[in-house]
Amino acid sequence: MSTATVEKPGFGATLWEYLTTVDHKKIAILYLLGGGFFFLLGGLEAMLIRLQLMLPDNNLIGAQFYNEIMTMHGTTMIFLAAMPLIFAFMNAVVPLQIGARDVAFPFLNSLGFWLFLFGGILLNLSWFLGGAPDGGWTAYAPFSIWSSTHGFDFYAIGLQISGFGTLMGGINFIVTIVNMRAPGMTYMRMPLFTWTALIASVLILFAFPALTVGLFFMTFDRLFGANFFVPEMGGNEIIWEHIFWIFGHPEVYILVLPAFGVFSEVISTFSKKRLFGYSAMVFATVLIAFFGFMVWAHHMFTVGMGPIANSIFAIATMAIAVPTGIKIFNWLFTMWGGSIRFSTPMLWAAGFIPTFTIGGMTGVMVAVAAADLQYHDTYFVVAHFHYVIVGGVVFGLIAGTHYWWPLIFGKVLNEKLGKWTFWFFFIGFHLTFFIQHFLGLMGMPRRYWKFLPGQDLEVGNFISTVGALLMAVGTIILLYNIIKTSVNGERSSQDPWDGRTLEWSLPNPTPHYNFKQLPLVRGLDPLWIEKTQGNGKLIPAEPLNDIHMPNNSFLPFMISLGLFITGIGVIFRPDSNVAYIAIIAGLVIAFGSMFIRSVKDDLGYHIHKEDLEEEGAGVE
Amino acid sequence: MADNTNSNYQDQFFKEKHKEEMKYQVITFAMMIAFTIIAFGLVVGDFSKYLVVPIILVLAVVQVLFQLYYFMHLNQKGHEMPSLMIFSGVFAAVLTILALTTITWI
Amino acid sequence: MSTHEDVLSSENLPHEPERATLEGKNKFMGFWFFLGGETVLFASLFGTYLALKNSFGDAEGTPSQELFGLPLVFIMTVILLTSSLTSVYGIYHMKNQAFKKMMVWFTITVLLGASFLGLEVYEFNHYVHEFHHTFTAHAFGSAFYALVGFHGAHVAFGLLWFLTLMFRNAKRGLNLYNAPKFYLVSLYWHFIDVVWVFIFTVVYLMGKVG
Repeated sequence: MSTATVEKPGFGATLWEYLTTVDHKKIAILYLLGGGFFFLLGGLEAMLIRLQLMLPDNNLIGAQFYNEIMTMHGTTMIFLAAMPLIFAFMNAVVPLQIGARDVAFPFLNSLGFWLFLFGGILLNLSWFLGGAPDGGWTAYAPFSIWSSTHGFDFYAIGLQISGFGTLMGGINFIVTIVNMRAPGMTYMRMPLFTWTALIASVLILFAFPALTVGLFFMTFDRLFGANFFVPEMGGNEIIWEHIFWIFGHPEVYILVLPAFGVFSEVISTFSKKRLFGYSAMVFATVLIAFFGFMVWAHHMFTVGMGPIANSIFAIATMAIAVPTGIKIFNWLFTMWGGSIRFSTPMLWAAGFIPTFTIGGMTGVMVAVAAADLQYHDTYFVVAHFHYVIVGGVVFGLIAGTHYWWPLIFGKVLNEKLGKWTFWFFFIGFHLTFFIQHFLGLMGMPRRYWKFLPGQDLEVGNFISTVGALLMAVGTIILLYNIIKTSVNGERSSQDPWDGRTLEWSLPNPTPHYNFKQLPLVRGLDPLWIEKTQGNGKLIPAEPLNDIHMPNNSFLPFMISLGLFITGIGVIFRPDSNVAYIAIIAGLVIAFGSMFIRSVKDDLGYHIHKEDLEEEGAGVE
Repeated sequence: MADNTNSNYQDQFFKEKHKEEMKYQVITFAMMIAFTIIAFGLVVGDFSKYLVVPIILVLAVVQVLFQLYYFMHLNQKGHEMPSLMIFSGVFAAVLTILALTTITWI
Repeated sequence: MSTHEDVLSSENLPHEPERATLEGKNKFMGFWFFLGGETVLFASLFGTYLALKNSFGDAEGTPSQELFGLPLVFIMTVILLTSSLTSVYGIYHMKNQAFKKMMVWFTITVLLGASFLGLEVYEFNHYVHEFHHTFTAHAFGSAFYALVGFHGAHVAFGLLWFLTLMFRNAKRGLNLYNAPKFYLVSLYWHFIDVVWVFIFTVVYLMGKVG
C-alpha cells in the first residue's frame, strides 16, 4: 500500500485511474477540466460576437454563423461551463466541509460527470456536422422547430444527456448532505457553501425534470413528427416557453446560490470573523429558492398572459430582492470591523458586491411588467443578466478557483498574477456591460447580427468590445497563472488562508479516504473553534477503524458513451437507415453496462486499521 | 440462551406489528377500489360536469395520499425528509399544471 | 465494522433491512428524492396534456368524449391497484424475512403489471386503427401518447427492474445488500400507481365528462 504512494504512476495508469475514478476529489478535477474547457470555448464565442459588433455594418462573420455563435455562447456558458464548474466545487468541497469520507453515491457521481461530458461533446459536434443550433439559447419554438439544420437536434439530445447527469449530481448531493454529516454537524452548523449546495441541489431536483420533458417534446417534434409546438396541428408554442422557464429560472438560482456560498466562505475567512447573521443567511437562501420557483413567467411578460398573471409574477419577482438584500447586508456587516486581507479571492468578493447589486437593481427594473415591454429583447436585458451571471456566478467561480486551488491541487495560485487577473477582468467586465444598459435603452435589440451606422450606437459598441478584450486578457493571465503554478509552484501548507471550516483541517494532499477518523464538530466554523479554544486539531469522534471504500468502475464511461452513440443515431435517423445501427449499438452498450452494474455485486473494499496506523506515522 | 429467547421474543413482536400494519394496507386497498368505482359510477351516471369533476379530483387526491402514507409508508418514522421533498415536488407540480392550464393562450 | 460476508449473509437480518446499512439509507433517501423530481416530470406532461387536450388545429381528430372506452381502462386501473397491493405483501414478507413468500408476491405483481401493459398496448392499437388517433396526427395525439406512453415506459422499466432483481437473487435469499433494492423497486411501483390514479381521473374520466 504505502509503496504505491511513493512511486509515480505512469501516464496510462493515471489516465485509467481518472476514467474509472469514483473519488469525489478526482471527479472534481475532471469537472474543473471539462467545465474550464467549455468556459474557454464559450468565451471564444463571446469574443467573436463582440468583434462582429465592434463596428457598424461589420462583415467579420456571416449572419448564419453569428446566429450559431450567439446561440452556442449562451448554451455553452450556462449548461457546459457554469453548471459543471459549480459541480466541481461541490465535489471538491462539500464532503470535506461536512466531515464525510465520500459522497452518498460515488458511482452515480462519476456517471453524472461522464454524461455531462458526452452531452457537451455531442452538442459541440454540431459545428462539424451541418451547423450548430441557431435560434438562441432559449430555443423558442418556431425557431427551433423550423430551423433547417440539425443544430437543434444536437441541442435537444446533447442537453438531454448532460441534463440526466446534472439530475444525478443533484440527488447525490442532497443525500450526501442529509445523511452523511459528521457527528455534531447539525444543519445549523453547516458552512454556508454546503447550505447553498444543498439548496441548489434541491432546485436541480425540481427544475431539471421540466427541462427533460421540454427537450423530449422538442425531439419528438423535430425528429418523430409530433405536434406539440405546431399551431396548425393544434400545438402551442407557449408551452415550450413555460416549460423552458419553469426550468430556466430556477437554473439561475442553481448557479448563483453556490456562488453566494463561495463568497460567504471567502468573506468570512478573509475578514477573520464569523459570518454575520448566519441563520438569516440560511433563511434567505431557502427563501430565494422558494421564490425562485414562482417567478419564471417574468421572462414572458410580452407573451400576452394578461395583466393579472403579469402582476403576480412581477410582485413575486420583486420579492426576491428582499432575501438577496439581506445577503448583501450580511456580507457587508461581516467585513465591518474585521481584519480584512485583500487576497485574490477577497478581491473578487469585494468586486462582486457592487456588481451584483447593480444587476439586482436592473432586475427590479425589468420586473416591472409595464416597463419590461420596453426593455424586453434589448441590450438592457443582456446587460442585466450578464451583471447577474458574470458578476455573481463567474466572479464566484474565479474566487472559488483561487480560494480552493490549494485544497484541490495543493498549491497556492500566484497572488500577483491573481490580482492582475482581477483588475483586467473587473474593469473589462464593467466596460463591456455597463454601456450595454444604455445601448438597450437607445433601442438596440439583442441577438442582432449587425447594427447600422448613424444611429448613435457606434461608440457604445466599440467601448463594449474593448472591455471584452480586457476580460480576455484577464482570462489569459489566469490561464498563465494556472500553468505557471502547476509547473513550478511550491506545495502549500494544509491551511494557507487560516481557514475556519473542516476542509482546511486535512493534510495536504488530502488522503483518498479524507478523514482517518471522523471529526467531532463542536459548532459553526469547527476548525476555528479548535484553533481558538482547542489545540488547533479536531477531536476525533470515533476510534481508528477499518474504512470502507467504493471500487473504481469503468461502467459510467461506457453508459455515457452508449447514450452518446444512440444520440447520434437518433439525430441522423431521418437521413439514413444506417443510423439505426448506431441507435441499437448505443442502447446495447448503455443498457448492457447498466445490466452489468445491477447484476454484479459491488461491495467496495476496506482499508485496514493497521495500514492506516502505518500511514499515520508518515504524515505527522 | 437468554439472548436467543430475547431475540425470538423481539421477532414475535415485530411480526405482530407487521401484521397489524398489513391490516391497514388491506383496508386502504379496499377503499381505493371503492373510490375508483365511485368515480367511475359518477362519470358513467351522467351527472353535471361541475359536480363530477371536483369530486373525482378529490377522490384521486385521497387515493394518492393513501398510497403515499400507507403503501409507501410515509406515515412511519424516518420519513421526514422524503415527505418534505415529495411535497416540495407537489408544490412545483401544482404551479406547473396551473400555469400550463391557465396562461398558455388556450 | 461490517465486512463483506456480513452484508451478503441471510442470517439474523435486523428489523428494517432496507435501511440497516449506510448504503441502504442513502438509496432509500435518494430514491424518495428522485420520486419528488418525477412528480415535476409528470406534472409537465399533465400540464401539456391539459393544454393540448382536444386540440386538433386544422387536422381531423376524434374528441376525447368519443375516443375513450371506459370499461377497459377501469379494468386496467383495478389491475394496477391490485399489483400495488401485492407488492405491499412482498415487502411485508421481506420484513418478516420470508424470502420465498416475498418472491411469490412479487411474481404476482410482475404478472399483473405485464397484463396491464398488454391491455395498454391493445388500447393504443385500438385508438390508432379505429380512430386514427396517432402520435403524429395532431397535438392532442402527441400529448396523449406522451403522457400515457411515459407512464407505460415507467411500467415496462419497473417490470424489467423487478425481473432482474428476482432472477439475480433467486438463489441466495435476502440480505442487507439486496433488501434496499427490493424496497426501492416496490416504492417505484407504488409511484407508478400514483401517477396512474391521476391519469385515470384526469385523462380518462375527465376526458369522458368533457
